[in-house]
Amino acid sequence: MANQDVIEQGAKSLAEQAEGMAATARALAEAASQMTAEAASQAAAGPSEFYWLLTVFVLAVFVGYYVVWRVTPALHSPLMAVTNAISSVIIVGAMLAAGPEMFSGSKVLGFIAVVLASVNIFGGFMVTQRMLSMFKKKQK
Amino acid sequence: MAVESFTILAYLVASVLFILALRGLSGPETARQGNIYGMVGMAIAIITTLMSPVVTSYVWIILGIIIGGAIGTVIALRIQMTALPQLVAAFHSLVGLAAVLVAAAALFNPEAYGIGTPGEIAAGSLIEMSIGTAVGAITFTGSLVAFAKLQGLVSGKPLVFSMQHPLNGALAILLVVLVAFFAASGSETAFFLIIILALALGFLLILPIGGADMPVIVSMLNSYSGWAAAGIGFTLGNSTLVITGALVGSSGAILSYIMCKGMNRSIFNVVLGGFGGDSDAAAAAGGAGGDRAVKAGSADDAAFIMKNASKVIIVPGYGMAVAQAQHAVREMADMLKDEGVEVKFAIHPVAGRMPGHMNVLLAEANVPYDEVFELEEINHEFTTADVAYVIGANDVTNPVAKTDPQSPIYGMPILDVEKAKTVLFVKRSMSAGYAGVDNELFFRDNTMMLFGDAKKMTEEIVGSLD
Repeated sequence: MANQDVIEQGAKSLAEQAEGMAATARALAEAASQMTAEAASQAAAGPSEFYWLLTVFVLAVFVGYYVVWRVTPALHSPLMAVTNAISSVIIVGAMLAAGPEMFSGSKVLGFIAVVLASVNIFGGFMVTQRMLSMFKKKQK
Repeated sequence: MAVESFTILAYLVASVLFILALRGLSGPETARQGNIYGMVGMAIAIITTLMSPVVTSYVWIILGIIIGGAIGTVIALRIQMTALPQLVAAFHSLVGLAAVLVAAAALFNPEAYGIGTPGEIAAGSLIEMSIGTAVGAITFTGSLVAFAKLQGLVSGKPLVFSMQHPLNGALAILLVVLVAFFAASGSETAFFLIIILALALGFLLILPIGGADMPVIVSMLNSYSGWAAAGIGFTLGNSTLVITGALVGSSGAILSYIMCKGMNRSIFNVVLGGFGGDSDAAAAAGGAGGDRAVKAGSADDAAFIMKNASKVIIVPGYGMAVAQAQHAVREMADMLKDEGVEVKFAIHPVAGRMPGHMNVLLAEANVPYDEVFELEEINHEFTTADVAYVIGANDVTNPVAKTDPQSPIYGMPILDVEKAKTVLFVKRSMSAGYAGVDNELFFRDNTMMLFGDAKKMTEEIVGSLD
């Protein structure tokens, strides 16, 4: 009988221990997932995003350098017009400001910026198209 | 997450299309296709942003695009090709202003951009924001001044006053201090001070720069507008804006460099300004030597000489644009070709008021682009040409650039028109060019001056060729 008691108690304490461990494991897992989430959000908004953008920026400067040197001098005016049009992709930022449902000062600023950038986008691309359509080869 | 990765990929596609748009400009054939790529890229960027979860109300955005789009379209269809430089300057100012507005919107409503809450924006974002703002504001007022000068609203002469450079230097230092203060404090007052200071700086920087230096300045402002966009791209964490800003920034910088090389001047020399300011004095001094004989001719003389030539090279300059003479010039070229004369066009890199200005004007007048040549391509051909017809150009043909180390244009690459058998110079008077230097060519034996308006003179020549 005593033996049975001992075994029963042992089993109980084992079960308790297991339960405790399970709880700890759960807590650990929770903490771990929290930590990864934090790390992820830091990665999205923290300094690493800056370095990622800086990398993109520097590489894009090089791409621009090599691409623009290949532009024929005869087309330098259209080049200026089209770069002007594409730099108006800043409209993306303007739309985010003008986009929220709620009315605010920043929404007004965003709206004005959308108008200005649109003038540039349409004006820039159309005047480029107009210029380019004039360049013709000799008719033989 | 799925939406996010889609957004990133769509922006990437837009960026690639923008690169292809620039790549297309390596030749006239591929350029039109490239421009379409650019438009598609822009459409993708706009539609992707419309689908962003932050954008929930579309009315203002659509309305803004319709209003702006209508204005832009009307301007683009109506603008005269001679007025292109001021149009481009005006467009640059809009990019600058848009950058300032977007940065201000981000400061007041950072949640929309996911960069924090009002008053609680990370210092890094504040620095990016203020740099984008400052460059944008400088671009805005600088381009307005350039526009006013090109449009003739203010004198194209450089406006120089004492203490100009110390003043600009002090303002620039103050601007840097303010940016640092703003990054540390996030103070809205500091932000507005940055805007005001940068606006003033843009104004003061371009004021002392003269009309004929505008090709450099317009390219430089083109570059600035790109850097401003890139700065805003860093603030918003938007890769397309960063990439496009970098492309435009380096493109403008390269054009500025090419223009400076075309005048053999350093970018600092141009930016510090004041060049050509004493042209009145120099012209007056030149007048003293006015007793030297020049040979003046009539339209009939010119027509006779060219009709009997076997090769004519036409050298157009800004004067042709001002007189709107490009159509008359093309007519003259066509008639000469009918007479069996070989006709070519030679373009100096800094001819006109923006890079490539002359090429567009000649294209507008239906001159085939394979008859138009750059300086390096055609300079050796003047020795075999019977006639060089210089219309509205002056300094870019002045041999003094090769011979006189004292001359302000010494070292500038020039078109060797003096090597042609006869030089026909269409000019309104004997006045000096922009650089304020007398042109030695006027007094040469093989030069014939055709005094008169560029358009009228060319039309008269066309009349007597008939």
